[in-house]
Amino acid sequence: MKAKIYVTLKQGILDPQGKAIEHALDSLGFKNAGNVRVGKYMEVDLEEKDKVKAEAEVKQMCEKLLANTIVEEYRYELTA
Amino acid sequence: MLKIGVVIFPGSNCDHDCQHIFKNVLGQYVEMIWHKETLLAGLDAIVLPGGFSYGDYLRTGAIARFSPVMGAVKGFAKKGGLVLGICNGFQILLEAGLLPGAMLRNKSLHFICKDVSMKVENAATSFTSAYESGQVLKIPIAHADGNYYTDPVTLASMQANAQIVLRYCTPEGKVTPDANPNGSLDNIAGIINAEGNVLGMMPHPERCAEAVLGNDDGKQIFLSMLESLKGNKKQLKMIPA
Amino acid sequence: MRPISPLMTKDLIAQHNLTDDEYKKIVEILGREPNITELGMFSVMWSEHCSYKSSRVHLKKLPTTGPRVVQGPGENAGAVDIGDGLCAVFKMESHNHPSFIEPYQGAATGVGGILRDIFTMGARPIALLDALRFGGLDHAKNRHLVKGVVSGIAGYGNCMGVPTVGGEIVFNDIYSQNPLVNVFCLGIAHKDKIFLGTAAGVGNPVIYFGSKTGRDGIHGATMASDSFDDQSEQKRPTVQVGDPFTEKLLLEACLELMAGDLLVGIQDMGAAGLTSSSCEMASRAGNGIDLDLTDVPRREPGMTPYELMLSESQERMLMVAQAGKEEECIRICKKWDLDVAVVGRVTGDGILRVKDQGQVVAEIPAKSLADDGPRYERPYSPPGYQDMLTNLNYDALPDVKDASAALLSLLESPTIASKRWVYEQYDHMVRTNTMVRPGSDAAVVRIKGTNKALAMTVDCNSRYCLLHPYEGARLAVAEAARNLVCSGAEPIGLTDCLNFGNPERPEVMWQFVLAIEGMKDACEYFKIPIVSGNVSFYNETNGLSIYPTPMLGMVGLIESADKTMTQWFKQNGDVILLLGKTKEDLGGSEYLKVHHHREQGSPPLLSVEAEKMLHDFMLKVIHDGSVQSAHDCSDGGLSIALAECCISAPDTRRGAVIKLGLDTLRLDALLFGESQSRVILSVKPGMVDRVLNSAWDSGIPATKIGAVGGDRFVIDVEEGQWSEGCHIDLPVDQLYDRWAFSIERTLNGT
Repeated sequence: MKAKIYVTLKQGILDPQGKAIEHALDSLGFKNAGNVRVGKYMEVDLEEKDKVKAEAEVKQMCEKLLANTIVEEYRYELTA
Repeated sequence: MLKIGVVIFPGSNCDHDCQHIFKNVLGQYVEMIWHKETLLAGLDAIVLPGGFSYGDYLRTGAIARFSPVMGAVKGFAKKGGLVLGICNGFQILLEAGLLPGAMLRNKSLHFICKDVSMKVENAATSFTSAYESGQVLKIPIAHADGNYYTDPVTLASMQANAQIVLRYCTPEGKVTPDANPNGSLDNIAGIINAEGNVLGMMPHPERCAEAVLGNDDGKQIFLSMLESLKGNKKQLKMIPA
Repeated sequence: MRPISPLMTKDLIAQHNLTDDEYKKIVEILGREPNITELGMFSVMWSEHCSYKSSRVHLKKLPTTGPRVVQGPGENAGAVDIGDGLCAVFKMESHNHPSFIEPYQGAATGVGGILRDIFTMGARPIALLDALRFGGLDHAKNRHLVKGVVSGIAGYGNCMGVPTVGGEIVFNDIYSQNPLVNVFCLGIAHKDKIFLGTAAGVGNPVIYFGSKTGRDGIHGATMASDSFDDQSEQKRPTVQVGDPFTEKLLLEACLELMAGDLLVGIQDMGAAGLTSSSCEMASRAGNGIDLDLTDVPRREPGMTPYELMLSESQERMLMVAQAGKEEECIRICKKWDLDVAVVGRVTGDGILRVKDQGQVVAEIPAKSLADDGPRYERPYSPPGYQDMLTNLNYDALPDVKDASAALLSLLESPTIASKRWVYEQYDHMVRTNTMVRPGSDAAVVRIKGTNKALAMTVDCNSRYCLLHPYEGARLAVAEAARNLVCSGAEPIGLTDCLNFGNPERPEVMWQFVLAIEGMKDACEYFKIPIVSGNVSFYNETNGLSIYPTPMLGMVGLIESADKTMTQWFKQNGDVILLLGKTKEDLGGSEYLKVHHHREQGSPPLLSVEAEKMLHDFMLKVIHDGSVQSAHDCSDGGLSIALAECCISAPDTRRGAVIKLGLDTLRLDALLFGESQSRVILSVKPGMVDRVLNSAWDSGIPATKIGAVGGDRFVIDVEEGQWSEGCHIDLPVDQLYDRWAFSIERTLNGT
């Protein structure tokens, strides 16, 4: 099983990288682009076959290491 | 002679600088502690030095906090031992939960290395007692992630307890947005835990503690620690909250 | 049994950048056709980058010996004795082509490579400097390159904890399609603990350690020996990715390995990776190596011997340990979380024999790979346009009208403007040795455990070198030395990084040969040995070569660190003195480029005798405590140097009131001409007579030109024989603002 994990800054926390990219997009003429948020994407291969157990494990990984929940939020997808 | 432990994480790079200050400048015994050690005996204080532990990969300090040594550091802090985290050391203390809050990228997105002005807001701590309250220091910063953040409730409680020990300011001592080099909340440069024995600071006092380098404003951080450890605490006046 | 190898077709040989004659020589050496792995190994080792085939006959002329020289050229870096049982180990290298293709990683791995060259010698790196060349900032592509290169240098150097203490940056459109990234590194080693890249002792184990091997950078060395064209940006996959965290572990592991009695020799896997490190170590010892690829740590499955031998994955080293000490070496590497494997043994037969899965995949005499590459005495002759470059009719150029405006616009021209935006992104203080930070004539670091300090500078005015390669190279040596003596240091050694165009063009070869002659003559006169170096040819894109850029990195010793000097004015009331003679030297000046858009004329003439007298005098007055500040007069001339004395101090800015006479000079020549062998001093009022008398006794022209103080920058020039005078009167804060934030404003588009 493979976990695809996305970690981004929480809404409301200033994301200077996102702002810089938004500014760059604007100056390239992408006037419809807004609210850019930059984050991290991680892929983790899991031995676990049971989806429920795998999910619990991924959640723990995120809480413990992959995201700093003071400033970041995370979401994930599990694929076979 | 006091025994100061300096922790070496893989990627620490100010470990020698901290060793140099305590050993060669202040004449104390320094033990270099490998991050895989789990027992810390006979230490008077612990320093988590600056650097790029684990390359700052994932997040600054995020991997180092799981180093075997951190269990012992937590135990030492719990018993009231003095722990100083400088730069990456501060970031590790945050990730380890020994201090509240988290670090974000500098507002400019760049690594910044330069002298800044910093005000001692609370001179009644074991790390700042050799300064006067309100004293302005010239001190270097060198980091890409020094933009301190915490939630409003924690901030208010830190303010109330005088835990915000060091703040960025103008050379005249005014705490203004322009004097804030990295976007840090409330111009925070350094904070202490509620118990008063764990200090984290982004600026580098070890880089300005010798006259030969043109500035020794940071030396009293270390002298304060030694003084406090020797039990010669001077009459301390708490700043009113 | 040999593995199946493709047929050696003309195309295949040409793809490997080997000529027909070179291929014939390979067949002669082997007594048979090479297989594909062997062809690859020859092609990288015989590339210009690794073999110095076009430059070697000329490089031999350079002076490389002296009483302080402990290690000259030919090893990973040079070493110079600084007393107290210590050596300064230093070298400079280019990473131009990779930085054009991918600026962040190109620059980062450039830093990584030179750091490995230094710690491979047993030295702990304590300082980095960068010499960079970019095209003008009005092009978006150049701004992108500047930002990428600067973050790459910062990303790698900062993480390593080695301070980037100085450097120089010049902007000129000639570098638009071919920027230069030259990185200088200096380390400190114990004189009796210098490690060399040698595979001595038959039977000793050969141990691989560091990162795993991937497919990155395959053919980096041949890329660096090839010219660019519009397709070059598609070469991206060959760019290596740097991992400074692993390099930091590698550094600490190496120094720990070297502290024990374990190693015979050690070398980093730079260009041409496993091939160059193994054959060069074997060749230096007159030995061979049996290499077994089976255990080489790898990042990707299915790698062929060709790929393994040619990979330029970063952060890898090869060591030859004493037999029986393998376990201890492996233990130390594992402590630092590094991959490690015994991959071979030293043999006595002189053959580099490579096996994979039990099969011999390459078998080549090590010496023929490392040292028997082709040597070319390429034809050289001056370009047809040389006279057009040097002949400039100054009478046709109007003298400066508005001197104040000219001064301000020069101050904010990016070559002269403050590089604050750049060096504030570099950690220039880590290791707590930096006494003089970026922004003075030279960077100065103290040497802990001694009273000494070392000064370092990187210099080259490539416009001078274009206009007159011989004079330009001499001027570069003189300016580097002058920067050091202005900091209170005696020059003790030099490293070079020679960036030129395509050596197969006679005019490029002419520039190269003359520049070598110039360096040789100047270094011999000043008695400064060249202990290490690097040549980067083929710096041309679409047929356009860069200006000849023989970059120099010079090191000076300050016996007593408290005698360190800086360039900025220190105290109001101090008297300003000018040493040296100002002549009609507008040729090749920054002023002509900025104001008249001309890069023409003859560069200023250098009298090595006058220059040397100036150096001796400077060291004398700095060491006896007579001067408060000393600043070399260079790009932008006298007025710019004076302005820099006022505005370049880290904390305070000071005004100055200056009075100058024109005599027979043009006004622009007086203010902006670049006459050599000039220094601006500030001295306490009570010291003026003493310093002036002492200068006259030493045969050095010296004039009192003004005083420090106030908040305005004032230059009064009296009318002369041919030109009108001028009155410059500007607030120092205005000078500072134009100078300090110019680059930042341009890059941010504000």
